Amino acid sequence: MNAIINYLKELFGGIKTLLTGMKVTGYYFVHPRQIITQQYPENRKTLKMFDRFKGEVSMPHDENNQHKCTACSICEINCPNGSIEVISKQVEKEDGKKKKELDTYIYKLSMCTFCGICIKVCPQDAIVFSQGFEHAVFNREKLIKTLNKPGSSLKEKVKE
Amino acid sequence: MAFDIYDFTSFNQTIDKALYDNLPPILAMLTEMVIIGVVFLLFYALVGLFLVYAERKVCAFIQNRVGPNRVGPYGIFQTFADFIKLLMKELIPINKADKILFNLAPFIVIIASFMAIAAIPFGKGLHAIDLNVGIFYVMAVSSLGVVGILLAGWSSNNKYSLIGAMRSGAQIVSYELSVGLSMVTMVILAGSMQLSEIVEAQRNGWFIFTGHVPAFIAFVIFLIASTAETNRGPFDLAEAESELTAGFHTEYSGIKFAFFFLAEYMNMFIVASIAATIFWGGWMPLHIPGWEGFNIVMDYIPPFFWYMGKTLVVIFLMMWFKWTFPRLRIDQLLKLEWKYLLPINLFNIILMALIVLMGWHF
Repeated sequence: MNAIINYLKELFGGIKTLLTGMKVTGYYFVHPRQIITQQYPENRKTLKMFDRFKGEVSMPHDENNQHKCTACSICEINCPNGSIEVISKQVEKEDGKKKKELDTYIYKLSMCTFCGICIKVCPQDAIVFSQGFEHAVFNREKLIKTLNKPGSSLKEKVKE
Repeated sequence: MAFDIYDFTSFNQTIDKALYDNLPPILAMLTEMVIIGVVFLLFYALVGLFLVYAERKVCAFIQNRVGPNRVGPYGIFQTFADFIKLLMKELIPINKADKILFNLAPFIVIIASFMAIAAIPFGKGLHAIDLNVGIFYVMAVSSLGVVGILLAGWSSNNKYSLIGAMRSGAQIVSYELSVGLSMVTMVILAGSMQLSEIVEAQRNGWFIFTGHVPAFIAFVIFLIASTAETNRGPFDLAEAESELTAGFHTEYSGIKFAFFFLAEYMNMFIVASIAATIFWGGWMPLHIPGWEGFNIVMDYIPPFFWYMGKTLVVIFLMMWFKWTFPRLRIDQLLKLEWKYLLPINLFNIILMALIVLMGWHF
């Protein structure tokens, strides 16, 4: 008797779980608005990537054309692929002190694996991942990018 | 009844008579065969292309995707493009394959499905052959396809193909039983094996309504078992992509692969149309006793549309199964058949016999 009860229990339990699964897929079938696929080339104008998307490394500049990079080159040391090269220069300040400043920040997109270590280790938060993902270019040389804009300078920290 | 205006019997007889009057009997018979062959070939091509497209769309919607949408509006020409690609692909010869069997296998599979579709009534008088043991014949020829699958697996000289073919053999031997027994249940209710008479018996109500409980159980069992018989998911062990690359058709390419592919979809169409015929009344319109106006309106929808509509609903159910349930292991597959479906089926036959005997059906 017990065996029969177990048999029936297994049978109806199985049917119930199957129906539960069919309910889920059936719900999606009749709700085509929930489709999450992006129709990429058509929606290029409106496509917005999410905040944590790892596009490419970029250096944000403010309205005075100033960035936060102190040319400490921690990112360069930490990069596993050697895709970052920080070239610094010595600049003489008004008070006669010599100070290291960023000359060119070279980022080789072709060698980058988008691991994000450079952004994690940066003490100044000077570099971030941008949202751009259309990396295709016609010339390999174009993948070697200079991140700091011409004429940019270091943003001085405001002491509180 | 109003749908008698869609009767094709006299039309067929006129053509038949005209041919036999003007040609010697052998030539007339050959002409009829060629006409029917061409009609079925066209039907196969169209339905096959449509089903592949429908499957991809249904699968996509269930998985929250869009599906093919680049070739033509809503991607309706995608399958035509795929078909042209398959036609142009190279037929790769396998070095140590058994050449004759290797080339023969796809034809056996497709011929089996051609033979099965011949007996199916698409409308009144719209079937190639109306045998008095129609259901029995359909069962017999539709299980011939497994010979082709076994040959394909064996002759490919490839372990994956062989394992796939053997699984398919075990599966069809098991599930053929359930398909047959659930059909027998309905034959008890109909009192005939002739498909046209089975449809005719559902004039006042489809069997799934008139046979109530046992008919419904038989329908569910038939749906499960026929899904298994066509080697479709969740019973697609024979071609389990993740385990056997592609199972029995691993070594096939080009048009030979297309034959297997087409046969799979057409087998699905055939079992769906059998389900529609013996449970949902085939081309018979929906009649509700007492609602005269409703019945007359239903009668004016051509039987072919009724038939196609019901078939497509069953096909949709099978696609729904495929994209919902995970694949069964071989032991689960056999357990489901021998421990659940078969005992329930046998009990169901007794129940149906009792109901028919006592006149408890509608």
